[in-house]
Amino acid sequence: MAYVPLADQEQELSHPHSWVTKYVWSQDHKVIAIQYGGTAIAVGLVALVLSLLMRMQLGFPESFDLIDPSSYYQSVTMHGMIMVVYLLTALFLGGFGNYLIPLMCGARDMVFPFLNMLSYWVYLLSVLILMASFFVGDGPTGAGWTLYPPQASMAGTPGSDTGLVLMVASLAVFIVAFTMGGLNYVTTVLQARCRGLTMMRLPLTVWGIFVATILGLFAFPALLVAAVMMLFDTLLGTSFFMPAIIESGSPLDYNGGSPILFQHLFWFFGHPEVYIVALPAFGLVSDVLSTHARKNIFGYRMMVWAIIAIGGLSFIVWAHHMYVSGMNPYFGFFFATTTLIIAVPTALKVYNWVLTLWEGDIRLNAPMYFAIGFIFTFIHGGLTGLFLGNVVIDLPLSDTYFVVAHFHMVMGVSPVLVLFAALYHWYPKVTGRMFHEGMAKLHFWCTFLGTYAIYLPMHYLGFLGVPRRYYALGTTDFIPESANDLNTTITIAALFVGASQLLFFINIFWSLRNGKKADPNPWGSASLEWQTPDTPPVHGNWGDELPTVYRWPYDYSVPGAHQDFIPQNTPESEEPTADEVHFDPDQDASKANT
Amino acid sequence: MSLIKALTEKPWEHKGVIGGLDPEGVFDTASEKVALVIFLVIASVIFSMFTVSYYVRMELPDWTPLSEPSQLWINTGLLVISSVLFQWARSTVSAGKQKNIMTAFIGGGVFAILFIAGQLLAWQDLQAAGHYVTSNPANSFFYLLTGLHALHLLGGLWVWSKSSIRLLSGGKTEDLRLSIELCTLYWHFLLIVWLLMFAVLSNT
Repeated sequence: MAYVPLADQEQELSHPHSWVTKYVWSQDHKVIAIQYGGTAIAVGLVALVLSLLMRMQLGFPESFDLIDPSSYYQSVTMHGMIMVVYLLTALFLGGFGNYLIPLMCGARDMVFPFLNMLSYWVYLLSVLILMASFFVGDGPTGAGWTLYPPQASMAGTPGSDTGLVLMVASLAVFIVAFTMGGLNYVTTVLQARCRGLTMMRLPLTVWGIFVATILGLFAFPALLVAAVMMLFDTLLGTSFFMPAIIESGSPLDYNGGSPILFQHLFWFFGHPEVYIVALPAFGLVSDVLSTHARKNIFGYRMMVWAIIAIGGLSFIVWAHHMYVSGMNPYFGFFFATTTLIIAVPTALKVYNWVLTLWEGDIRLNAPMYFAIGFIFTFIHGGLTGLFLGNVVIDLPLSDTYFVVAHFHMVMGVSPVLVLFAALYHWYPKVTGRMFHEGMAKLHFWCTFLGTYAIYLPMHYLGFLGVPRRYYALGTTDFIPESANDLNTTITIAALFVGASQLLFFINIFWSLRNGKKADPNPWGSASLEWQTPDTPPVHGNWGDELPTVYRWPYDYSVPGAHQDFIPQNTPESEEPTADEVHFDPDQDASKANT
Repeated sequence: MSLIKALTEKPWEHKGVIGGLDPEGVFDTASEKVALVIFLVIASVIFSMFTVSYYVRMELPDWTPLSEPSQLWINTGLLVISSVLFQWARSTVSAGKQKNIMTAFIGGGVFAILFIAGQLLAWQDLQAAGHYVTSNPANSFFYLLTGLHALHLLGGLWVWSKSSIRLLSGGKTEDLRLSIELCTLYWHFLLIVWLLMFAVLSNT
């Protein structure tokens, strides 16, 4: 059978007639993307508020009565799980993946639009199940986001009953939703690219999302397996993970289970999860940097290979989260080695971003601020990862704030900065309006400097040995008074950063109505999604005819090109010829000087 | 298209829709089939994770091996017949024939239903012998794994029932070709999973 790209087939697009089928039960990937994004950001705000509650407790332990030890642990747990799974994973893949894959691939929609719609609604269901746990008797689980047994199901842990069941059930439902979406993303990239669009002509955004989705499809099953066995342990009383244990003086019915097995399963999911979030961020930031630096991305092929290499390696580093769990020390040696190896392709990407900026015609727009900010935070977060990847350094630091600082820098702040870069960058395409540039830049400075004010001191707290996971530090000899002052400062910074996010929401909602009408391609971007006939793109994306791609998506600063770049769908015949190539003004000036 | 060749292409050097740069789907087949194969890989990961967990848990001292009910041998036979019938349906459709397609395709599903019924019988036997899900980790795993396999089969039967209804209401086999092909692939996969699972369960 000769291959016909699906985009060229007479695809059965749904034809919505009513408002409900257009905007609620929609099968259009763009609407689904916005639904995914809106839900993820809304639930992320809940997690943000939880973190501020925790910070109030840590910064002013005597002054507020907002949360007690139980609700502190519940906040820790819910904050972590929501941020990692329900916000970051959902927003990067469900949100940006949905919006950008078909547009960047020159397709009319995902290959299975109905399944795609189902994916969102099942995701929403998982969010509702999770949120329901706030309203049950003893509240959500307070087991920590890693949900380690046996403590997760012991009576002393808050929400060890219904809360835990709801959390685990919600994760299982989320995995179902993710699988439905993920099958769509992968198949669309593999099979539905438009004419001329080879895999190596795809923007790095698509590569990042594509590989991250594959990671998700193969890593989430480990979590599903752990979740199912944990549900059995909790609901039916089996002993997969639960060892023989005594609770309040009386032995429980469990016998002989292996808590370490849960940890292995959890982290076999948990570590790739870091890259499920990071790889799309790498992709998106590459495209934002390249566009606003008016330069082709440095080392495109190397960037693709690095994404694939990181994806592969991420499956063999999981036990570096378990150095202190009592596993065989030889394991630690192996996993420390693989962990340090994964730093190589990652560092390579960082060099390439910096080299993309080198001698670029950089336009310091708000998206570019966030993208460059990401390079800083990612380097800092990545370097502390090298510390923690080594067993001997990890052992004393593992239970301190150093770890909190590390992963918030590398996995919290960095992806979030990319999210903002991407949200601002594609906002004109999605809404047809420009956002307020000044407000966006103010938002950047508040977020960027504010998060440094939060997390840099936390590294120091970690070195002092201040333990993480504690509701209150009390008075101990090894924690000096200054540590408490530092905690207060961190809390003030956190409140400031939290409040400054309002700038973002005010900006995007205000600009929906009052923003300047956006050009179809305001940043002068060469990739396909900016070349749609309508802005915002309408259902079906491409009007009567699908685009044909003639080149890669990074033809920037091309001498003589009408607008300094050549879109992917411009045929060779419309390229500037040698005669038409104008003199480059920069070179002109330098020649005049010599 | 070789993977190495695809990944070493220098996209900045080549322009236009030329020769090797013509669009090629990575897989020369229907998208539904690609998606199904990816799904089968995911399902394999799930079953492998359970199997690894099974072996890890088995090492711990409270494990008492379970002697599997002989009913499972009959069930295995039923599932093999089911798969053979699906293969027959698939060959018939590929050859463009109409004859026997009903018997083969619908029969295949019916035998799968019989397999699930047989599995329930096996569960009953175990319960009658006092082997409950919580009695021992070996039992827990037995119920969990067989249940999970049956759930996958039920998912397949849902798709099968939709195609069967179309077939019974006079749908052309040509239109159902892809559906029959994918059902067959899925059934073979679940047969292989079952055989491996049965081997693991009965040898430990």
